[in-house]
Amino acid sequence: MDFTFTEEQQMLLDTTRRFVAKDYGFEARRQIKEKSADGFSREIWQGLADIGLLSLNVPEADGGLGGSAIDNMLAMNAVGEGLLLEPYLACAVLATKTLALLGNDAQRAEWLPALAAGEKIVVLAHDEPKTRFDRLAIDTRSWPVGNGYLLTGHKCVVTHAGSADMLLITARIGKADETGPLAVFCVPVDAPGLDKTTYNTVDGVRASDVRLNQVFVPATALLDGGADSEAKIAEVLDFGLAAVCAEAVGALDKLLAATVEYARNRKQFGQPIGKFQALQHRMADMVLHIEQARSMSYLAAVRCTDTDAATRARAMSAAKVVIGQACRFVGQQAVQLHGGMGVTDELDVSHYFKRLMAIELQFGSTDQHLEQYAAQLA
Amino acid sequence: MDLNFTPEELAFRQEVREFVASSLPPDIQHKVLNGLILQSDDYIRWQKILHAKGWGGASWRKDFGGPGWSATQQYIFEEECAAAGAPRTIPFGLKMVAPVIMQYGSPAQQERFLPKILAAEEWWCQGYSEPGAGSDLASVKTRAVREGDHYVVNGQKTWTTQGQYADWIFCLVRTDTEAKSQRGISFILIDMKTPGITVRPIITMDGAHEVNEVWFEDVRVPVENLVGEENAGWTYAKFLLGHERTNIAGIGIAKREIARLKRIASLETKNRKPLIEDPMFASRIAQIEIDLTALEITNLRVLSAEAERRAPGPEASILKIKGTEIQQAITEALVQAVGTYALPLRREAMAAGYQGDAVGPFYATPLAANYLNMRKLSIYGGSNEIQKNIISQMILGL
Repeated sequence: MDFTFTEEQQMLLDTTRRFVAKDYGFEARRQIKEKSADGFSREIWQGLADIGLLSLNVPEADGGLGGSAIDNMLAMNAVGEGLLLEPYLACAVLATKTLALLGNDAQRAEWLPALAAGEKIVVLAHDEPKTRFDRLAIDTRSWPVGNGYLLTGHKCVVTHAGSADMLLITARIGKADETGPLAVFCVPVDAPGLDKTTYNTVDGVRASDVRLNQVFVPATALLDGGADSEAKIAEVLDFGLAAVCAEAVGALDKLLAATVEYARNRKQFGQPIGKFQALQHRMADMVLHIEQARSMSYLAAVRCTDTDAATRARAMSAAKVVIGQACRFVGQQAVQLHGGMGVTDELDVSHYFKRLMAIELQFGSTDQHLEQYAAQLA
Repeated sequence: MDLNFTPEELAFRQEVREFVASSLPPDIQHKVLNGLILQSDDYIRWQKILHAKGWGGASWRKDFGGPGWSATQQYIFEEECAAAGAPRTIPFGLKMVAPVIMQYGSPAQQERFLPKILAAEEWWCQGYSEPGAGSDLASVKTRAVREGDHYVVNGQKTWTTQGQYADWIFCLVRTDTEAKSQRGISFILIDMKTPGITVRPIITMDGAHEVNEVWFEDVRVPVENLVGEENAGWTYAKFLLGHERTNIAGIGIAKREIARLKRIASLETKNRKPLIEDPMFASRIAQIEIDLTALEITNLRVLSAEAERRAPGPEASILKIKGTEIQQAITEALVQAVGTYALPLRREAMAAGYQGDAVGPFYATPLAANYLNMRKLSIYGGSNEIQKNIISQMILGL
């Protein structure tokens, strides 16, 4: 057993944390959220590229840092602590990983350096309405026409699609009545037949519903993962699942710290509320949840690339269940213990709460993963 | 032992149900049943309809223009109104300041204020909480200094719900700084149009403007607006809080929201079957419904005990804790029912008659905001932690 991080990993975490601490105070974040056209800062995005964070998930062969899932976990801890609005998860994790795993040489050469440099934004559009996180229940269809494909379907709550240069759309290949293999297509955002509705989500970022109505893409747009496409997409999604688990841990740490600080300073009935045993026990329970969550985010990071499907699935579901429960408990207690202040927009607590609420619903809810885990008990 | 309502009570329920069905404006009902944003006018319109029927002050005695209902009748009335999708009555005038004026106010105050409360001609808000005080209400800092026939008020109140609409505010103010904390407090009525009052919105995490901060800077209040005796306000404050804690279980609202949850769970699908047939989700709904059944019976037990000795006791704390936990659990289940379509937060689409882009199913639109908004339930009106202190002290004698 070894739970220590390498010197390089510790440096990555420190650098990212320092960057977030310096340029991403809560007030700065509010300005970015309210004033910028994208709902995030292009300048900060460039800053993230400059410290190498955007090339972390780009393989060394493609000129990136070729970081591991553990490296990504540490980066995501800092993303969670800073409550970053920038599309790190959507672009630098999910889209980058998709291109790295499924892209051919030409596609990798075209996109990965641009992503690593922060010059282009690409997002993966996978979720669909009515699928309830069933990652294989994809109804978007693509069928060969001439020297390309036509795509028809509906992708929902695609984070940062409104700021993207290109979308990676998952679709099944085949006629409407066939269930063919899963594939990923590069689709420019201005493709005729592509329609986007963009809105704010509860955690303060922008997302879109994307409708594709016979959108034509050339044959070169297909990310040809071969027979393994489905497995590779699953690997991308598990990598993303592990990433939000780590993000949650960063946010949970911040919420606990804020709550303890508040309990020390807030006086009621003549003493700090932190002196009340009932509240002390509540905060102790928060610690239990967070440490369990941290352990499971380690497990998720280690297992998300495991080649044994059953081992991996069990670990990912177990992690998401524990993390989801921690998000709920710690988030709700932090708000409750802050009293009226906790429900205001003014305090950062409510913003962490909302990000944790969103994480709980991303990559499969607590209920869904509990059920998936239960189905494997035998 | 009989858990059934009497034939008279059932007939009363039927009468209320029919009246609400025929009188509740459909546009208001649509907003309530779908969790859309209500305007102040929606509350006023409904109150005027009830007033015209003679039901404006459900908890009021006959001599003040109320229907003189028993506690059980009031309970039935509130349950029927909530279930049908009527807006909840804004309590600050009807259920908070009015009972205090009835009990402790002068005849002149009763004549001046009560009819306008009943007719929804004046909107009231509450000036109890102060920054840094929270549930420790007796630590009132806002000062009122007597100068001739006026009090001069300086200080700050917070969490003033719907204060942006209010014509009047009832306030706890400190009139004697020498006295121990609970003495030296007075209960006064202040016209919100008096010079020196500033109202500043507090935006909550769902993006709503429901609560406010209210500042008083050399606000001159005529002495006739003092209720009862100077420095005896804490007695009236406690009397008011007792009233605030009646009907806090929110049984009717919970029943209506469970119906909404079931409706949505039968429209959503999982594994190509209705979500309501999914064993995990079905058991989640079942648990909530069972908890509510237990609370309903507990509430009725408290009501029947109250019929004998009037003032609600510490049992009200049990109703508050369980009632708010159940309502919060329903909002959580609603969010889970629609999954990622709970994530879009679009307040503009929560207004009735919204014509813009549709995102996800219509019913999903307000669910995240509703969930976020309902976090307040376990905090306000004496936080659930404070309610547990009351249970430990008053019921257990610890």
